Amino acid sequence: MCLAIPGRIDSIEETPAGRTAKVQFGGITREVHLDFVPEAAVGDFVLVHVGFAISRMDAEEAERTYQLLEEMGMLETEALGETAEQPSAPEKEPQ
Amino acid sequence: MKFVDEYRKPEIARALAAEISRRVTRPWVLMEICGGQTHTLMRYGIPDLLPREIDLVHGPGCPVCVAPVEIIDKALAIAARPDVVFVSYGDMLRVPGSREDLFTVKARGGDVRVVYSPMDALRIARAERSKRVVFFAIGFETTAPANAWAVWQARREGLDNFAMLVSQVLVPPAIRLLLESPRNRVQGFIAPGHVCTVMGYRQYEMLSRDFRVPIVVGGFEPIDLLEAIHMLVVQLEEGRAETENQYARSVAREGNLPAQRLMEKVFEVCDRKWRGVGEIPQSGLRLREEYTAHDAERIFELEELSVEEPAECISAEVLQGLKKPPDCPAFGTRCTPEMPLGAPMVSAEGACAAYYQYRRVPVANAGD
Repeated sequence: MCLAIPGRIDSIEETPAGRTAKVQFGGITREVHLDFVPEAAVGDFVLVHVGFAISRMDAEEAERTYQLLEEMGMLETEALGETAEQPSAPEKEPQ
Repeated sequence: MKFVDEYRKPEIARALAAEISRRVTRPWVLMEICGGQTHTLMRYGIPDLLPREIDLVHGPGCPVCVAPVEIIDKALAIAARPDVVFVSYGDMLRVPGSREDLFTVKARGGDVRVVYSPMDALRIARAERSKRVVFFAIGFETTAPANAWAVWQARREGLDNFAMLVSQVLVPPAIRLLLESPRNRVQGFIAPGHVCTVMGYRQYEMLSRDFRVPIVVGGFEPIDLLEAIHMLVVQLEEGRAETENQYARSVAREGNLPAQRLMEKVFEVCDRKWRGVGEIPQSGLRLREEYTAHDAERIFELEELSVEEPAECISAEVLQGLKKPPDCPAFGTRCTPEMPLGAPMVSAEGACAAYYQYRRVPVANAGD
């Protein structure tokens, strides 16, 4: 029930029942209420739960965490390459 | 999809799992609170990536699972009335009350409709003014602002035919109860990222301090959960007990303030009974006095009955992390998602449903 999905704001509209947006989720567009994220603007990614945006995704924060994780992933691949003689992904490894 | 796909990369998952194995020196019991996280863990086979020392137990974070039989019985009584359109999330329809479920009421001719958002319930109320439209407002803090908005908007529009049957529960009092129990085995918690998106995590900092327990606010993708587990293991191995935030792309320490303000306007904190657990003080929300006209429990004359749980169902122990679904003799035989004995087998977030869907056959430990 606490499922929430990030989507991108395509357009914003002021309605009698508050500020709403057309939000795109990988090709599907839905109407979403923006009352809880008044700072959100077109192009922002928002996290949507039962038709309401509950946060504006922090792209910088995501980028920073992700870089950290990516480095870790690369380090691991290198470590495997050094120690293992596994026949994994042969097309990537010029023998 | 941005903010999703990059958190599902297998090479990063393997690197994190290797890092967890490197850091761990002794057994630790960790609990994820939220049922959505339970499903991610099972779906991606994360327990099999982890070293033997890490025991993941599953918490009570499934609002459908912890809704007490009494409130389901009230829903059934309201839904059966000829003047009512009963509106609910789909998950609730198969949850057994003491005698039947909402599907049975619908099959007998009750007007029971499934929606995706409380806004849909408002739309029905606007279109069908001669009917009383009752929305089953169930959920944790994540869902509370949307439900608060629906009642607040109904009052603003003068939609006096719109009412809500409220079964809102709060996460921190449940964690406190688990930690106070002499049977508690949990040494570190993954706090629910979407609940904390709304509420922030100051209350979790208090729990970390009061019980010397590490808590990491975690997201819902496999990489999020592995990183949260890694952060917990590092804290435990270093002897620290703090609340940290893994899900910083969505969660701020103080949470979503406009959402909290609306919740505060519409709801007040109350004691609530949790299915399988019992009454937890100050663990729920109910409508404030000003919203009595929209409160289904006050509009309809409903019997207050106390109902026994089916004796064979061990959901109480599952919801408290004391047992796992396959420990139940009825699991997958007398209890299945089609014919459930208890709510954790029904809900898309229930631990029993997660095991049934992804781990019905035990997997040989491929790790270490």
